[in-house]
Amino acid sequence: MPFRGSYTSREQVAVYEFNWLVLILIPLIAIFVQAFIATKLRWLAVLDLPMMVVIFFAVARRNPVSGCITGAIIGLLQDALGGPSHPIGMYGITNTVIGYAASSLGVKIDVENPGSRFLITYVFLFVHEAVYYGVGHGLLRQPLQWSWSHVAIAGLANAVVGVFVYHLLDRFKQR
Amino acid sequence: MDTFLGRYKNLVVLAAILFAQIIALAVQVRRPSQAGETRLIRVWAIASVTPFEKALVHTQKWMRDKWTGYVYLRNVHDENAQLRSEIEHMKLEQARLDEDAKMARRIQTLLAFKEQYLESTVAAQVIGTSGSDQSRVLYIDKGSDDGIKPDMAVITPTGIVGKIVQVSPSSAQVLPINDQLSGVGAALKDSRLQGILKGAANGTTTLQYIMSDEPVKPGEPVITSGGDRIFPKGLQVGTVASVEPGKDLFLNIRVIPSARLDRLEEVLVITNIQTRVPDASDLGPIRASDILSQRLPGVPVTPAVDAAGNAITQPGAMNTGQGSSAPGNATGAPGAVKPANPAGTGLGQGVTKPAGADAAKKPNPTTATPATTPAKQPPTALPHGSNQAPATTKPKTPEALPQ
Repeated sequence: MPFRGSYTSREQVAVYEFNWLVLILIPLIAIFVQAFIATKLRWLAVLDLPMMVVIFFAVARRNPVSGCITGAIIGLLQDALGGPSHPIGMYGITNTVIGYAASSLGVKIDVENPGSRFLITYVFLFVHEAVYYGVGHGLLRQPLQWSWSHVAIAGLANAVVGVFVYHLLDRFKQR
Repeated sequence: MDTFLGRYKNLVVLAAILFAQIIALAVQVRRPSQAGETRLIRVWAIASVTPFEKALVHTQKWMRDKWTGYVYLRNVHDENAQLRSEIEHMKLEQARLDEDAKMARRIQTLLAFKEQYLESTVAAQVIGTSGSDQSRVLYIDKGSDDGIKPDMAVITPTGIVGKIVQVSPSSAQVLPINDQLSGVGAALKDSRLQGILKGAANGTTTLQYIMSDEPVKPGEPVITSGGDRIFPKGLQVGTVASVEPGKDLFLNIRVIPSARLDRLEEVLVITNIQTRVPDASDLGPIRASDILSQRLPGVPVTPAVDAAGNAITQPGAMNTGQGSSAPGNATGAPGAVKPANPAGTGLGQGVTKPAGADAAKKPNPTTATPATTPAKQPPTALPHGSNQAPATTKPKTPEALPQ
């Protein structure tokens, strides 16, 4: 009898639900903190808390459709706080792609342990920056600059912080 | 069809959401929002985030004030003594500058030069940013309820910050000078060369449209030129950090802003600027002899030029200005009177001499400088932006001044 299964165990593909209040408040808090911390230290803007929240919800719910929608809404809110040089939709498109990819990946591999969380955050930050650059530079002809070193450092910072953020957000998971 | 949608539901949803957003982007690029027009989603986002930011910033400020004002008072005594000493120095400096300012006002009145006055400002707290590495907009806790309107200038005591772009009732969005969409009319303070200060995506600021054959050196201060009609003339912008040859015969001048744009806490919004001729009543009484001397023939008005190419005031041409001093005020016209102390600390009225006395003693008015005069040039340049030396233009209507 041929073996039929996936890369993950039943425990690992478990789908989590969230209280609706959590679904609303956590993205808002992430956007708020993101907007606030940069007033104190500008370099903290390399951290992308809304992206981490998109990844967390997408991976936990493992539903590409809800991942897309969550990413789009959070991204559009993030866009809305941008200035006149920031058209609405740049983060929306980026986080939609991230939400879709993260939820699709969540079905395939174990994304519950800190090591894998570190890796996916690192990789998704590259994807995030690449899509953002593609939209801004390719579609809108904005004078964006691509810096490998900046993306590498930002990826590392986000991955480290992300591990702790995901651990914190795990408390809100419901079976 | 149902099977196709069912099979590729996820991809179809992804494509639909992306397509909708790309269309929205295309609409924005084709029809950028006009000044004052605010997209509804921005209003919602700002309205949902700024109250929390305001609360947090004000709580933080309150706690910090309590801590630094009542608990953490280490070294306060020493700091107090140091500040008192600084105040003494600044009082002396202010006395010197006061004389310069009086002279400048006199000249401006005589020449009917208009000056910009900051009639009113509103202090505001920075409560947030865009949160993006690409956009550098800031949010402040004052909005249209406090009289804030788009295109008002935002400054700090150390330098300019940016301008208001969008306003909601209780908050406003500031476009800082290092944002890529920003443009500020600026000038080099020493050479008076004018250009446009532009921001970049990486947060740097460059002064553009200065010809490459102009001598610009690092460290030169940059001030606002007033050409953008947003920032009043003469405000500090920053200093030149580096000068490199740029494209199309222009220099690429990188400027470091004076204001710490990455750590702003409190700013001032200029809510009202008035352009008017300085009030002649500020000038004090003018002696009739001074006005008469203006009317007499043979008063030399030929401009003299010093080694640096600056026009030097002639005593005859300056008579009206000198005469506008109060008779009892021995400082006379600062343009011809030098402080005895080069450091400017001995600016009591007893140590300066009336210009008329100097002019009477010295045959050559262009060199009529007392022996104790420091290396300082006569203040021929008018305050902020008057490139015209006062001696080059003969006052036309001295009669208009009160006698």
